[in-house]
Amino acid sequence: MSDKSPAIRPAVIIGGNRIPFARSNGAYSKASNQDMLTAALDGLIARFGLQGQRIGAVAAGAVLKHSKDFNLVRECVLGTSLSAHTPAYDVQMACATGMEAIGSLANKIKLGQIDSGIGGGVDTTSDAPIAVSEGLREMLMELNRARSTGAKLKALSKFRPRDLAPNAPGTGEPRTGLSMGDHQAITTKAWNITREAQDELALASHKNLAAAYERNFFDDLITPFAGVAQDTNMRADSTLEKLASLKPAFGKNLGAEATMTAGNSTPLTDGASTVLLGSEEYARANDLPMLANFVDFEAAAVDFVHGAEGLLMAPTHAVARILERNNLTLQDFDFYEIHEAFAGTVLSTLAAWEDADFCKNKLGLDAALGSIDRTKLNVNGSSLAAGHPFAATGGRIVATLAKMLHEKGSGRGLVSVCAAGGQGVVAIVEAR
Amino acid sequence: MADKYLELVNSGFTKKLAKTLGLPRPAILRRYAPGAALLPGPVLLLGDSAEAQGVADTLLGWGLDVRRHAAGGEKLGGIILLLDELRAPGELSAPMLAAAGALRDLAPGARIVSFSRPAMESDAPAVAAVRQGIDGAIRSLGRELRGGATANGIVLGPKATATAPSALAALHFLLSGRSAYVDGQFLHIETTDGTLPADFDKPLAGKVAVVTGAARGIGAAIAHTLHRDGATIVLVDVPSAGDALAAVANEVTGTALQLDVTRADAGAKIIEHALARHGRLDIVIHNAGITRDKLLANMDAARWDSVIAVNLASQLAMNEAFLAAKLPGLRIVSLASTSGIAGNRGQTNYAASKGGVIGMVRASAPDFAANGGGINAVAPGFIETEMTAKIPVATRAVARMLMPSLMQGGLPGDVAEAIGFLASDAAAGINGSTLRVCGQSMVGA
Repeated sequence: MSDKSPAIRPAVIIGGNRIPFARSNGAYSKASNQDMLTAALDGLIARFGLQGQRIGAVAAGAVLKHSKDFNLVRECVLGTSLSAHTPAYDVQMACATGMEAIGSLANKIKLGQIDSGIGGGVDTTSDAPIAVSEGLREMLMELNRARSTGAKLKALSKFRPRDLAPNAPGTGEPRTGLSMGDHQAITTKAWNITREAQDELALASHKNLAAAYERNFFDDLITPFAGVAQDTNMRADSTLEKLASLKPAFGKNLGAEATMTAGNSTPLTDGASTVLLGSEEYARANDLPMLANFVDFEAAAVDFVHGAEGLLMAPTHAVARILERNNLTLQDFDFYEIHEAFAGTVLSTLAAWEDADFCKNKLGLDAALGSIDRTKLNVNGSSLAAGHPFAATGGRIVATLAKMLHEKGSGRGLVSVCAAGGQGVVAIVEAR
Repeated sequence: MADKYLELVNSGFTKKLAKTLGLPRPAILRRYAPGAALLPGPVLLLGDSAEAQGVADTLLGWGLDVRRHAAGGEKLGGIILLLDELRAPGELSAPMLAAAGALRDLAPGARIVSFSRPAMESDAPAVAAVRQGIDGAIRSLGRELRGGATANGIVLGPKATATAPSALAALHFLLSGRSAYVDGQFLHIETTDGTLPADFDKPLAGKVAVVTGAARGIGAAIAHTLHRDGATIVLVDVPSAGDALAAVANEVTGTALQLDVTRADAGAKIIEHALARHGRLDIVIHNAGITRDKLLANMDAARWDSVIAVNLASQLAMNEAFLAAKLPGLRIVSLASTSGIAGNRGQTNYAASKGGVIGMVRASAPDFAANGGGINAVAPGFIETEMTAKIPVATRAVARMLMPSLMQGGLPGDVAEAIGFLASDAAAGINGSTLRVCGQSMVGA
């Protein structure tokens, strides 16, 4: 048997499109996941003239998904002007959904299996699936199985009024019962992250995002949707004083030591994002730009259930591994895109990389990964300002970073996205 | 947006009723569809001219039956008046009266097109008199025609002939359904430049065209029309209109460029996008425009300045970038307005910008010609759009029926057809001019 596998080739980020992100139960409260992802795809297709094209694959997903949306992405593709011969599949890895979708497409391009791909994600907490109670569900299933009238009546007799209470999805961890914010509050405290540091990071996020809008940075990254042209969570006029006035929202059991507020945590958000990837040949043949290479990505997971690690600290482990694999140091980057699930997450992650004990004992390294130049962190804003529609965040970050690197004309960017279940995905992107 | 009145007076019982009551009955206009016959019947070619045979041969080549004398008893698709060699007022009598005898035989949607020479200061007074007289006669004839028929003229400059490519292209345009809402107008042919399209249904094949303000209304219609005619379209509109822009872009398989045309680098961004993504830039349609209507007594700086910035200053700035890039054969068509010609109450700012466009294209013509291209404008009259749909019903009815000879408002596509013609290579002999698409509105010249 001879090895016929082709040589690895670059996976190029051609561009992206997202709809503005909107705070939950606001501008997009009547929009479904399918509406939003279709709109994001429509804008991408229009920007790059993809009408009628058969794309190698479209991979995206949603964290909160109705059961009727089992084939969400394919249904969205069928609603666009892409060729009906474009395969599509749903991906789900909590808040790392978008990164996993994009990374796996990049791998397929590198291997020569596909020439083009669209990755992304969508989420809405305004149109979230609400499930019937377990009691009602069991009764309905039994009713469905019943053949005789007697059996049907018997099934119905099991109904109790309390069964009418619906089950809404939460952001709580099934194995600990703690919300994501309360989990992060534990980590934030463990790393001694101050309220002031968190508020400063949140303020910088809003200021950076607003400045990016001001210089038309998003003109070719965002297409309006439902009358919204800018992320509705952005507060360009926010101040440290305003942020300092907010009451703690998470870790309230910490009393006076609670530091996490609605201001330094991401709100529930609706939105969708997409990224167009391709081989160099595909980009050249279609006269498309080549912004950056999607070099590598790495997933990690940690044991948060037994308290060995913070829920959202998996990216610290993933970064250690991806740096080693690519023979790079943490300082070898021009931009750092660390998803701001909470300001505390970003600051705990940075603190962990600076901590020799953590890097030796948890990451198995000889020394600390060290500090980063904070002026290179989330320079065009991140989730605290833009909002965080779970599965859509990866696409937002990758498209934004690729454009930043292309504008700079050289250099490298590091992406870090934490996710529920103690997981995380990180990636390396290189300018071109 | 459909004109209900137009439907009612043209069908069934309500048609009879309207006839009996003597109500104005605007006709359903003969509009272009790919593959449609050029005229709804034979064409009568009148007048003595050295060019008569050449024109007749061309008409035959376009599949038309050509008559040199009215036979009577047969419906005519059009009349062509060759008046380019008239030297004195008395000579206008014979061809006009010959046409008169055939007018009652015109089919609905017929076309009358004259060929003449411009009256110039250097002409002998009698020559200038008959030439200028033709202008008045054709415009008046336009007002007399019914059934959606129109009368327009082609004016041949000193360097042009009736069989020059642009003269024949203008003739083809004026005979076809593409000129449905052009009435009482004259197209001036300056040179013998230009090439007729291999396929008159695809006159823009292989071209890359940029349309600004393409998200809706007339801009969207321009994108659709130019795409139908074979062009690849780059659609530009402000970022806040990006969703509507994307929808139109996906319909016409073009690319969307979210860009505010008032940005200093707008021209450079457009050139960069067109060349990088489509390899060339042949046509730019300056359509982006806004209205901020107020009586001058109530005008403020924001309203005045924004209208001038978007409708005029942006075009001047972008044109500088296009000229500097020396794009070979670049043809530009700008949107003027009849408001810029005749004025309109409440629109001093808008009319300044649109009148400005007319002056701009006239003065820019030599610069664009230097690169083998050209620049012209189209001045729409009352066009049925989302914008005009907001005008109160009674005002709208008056505007669309009583003012123009055709007794109705035009459609966005009517404006787009004129733009498509002026943007084509066949129109290379036309430069610096403004063509009105107004159904021969009373407003203006």
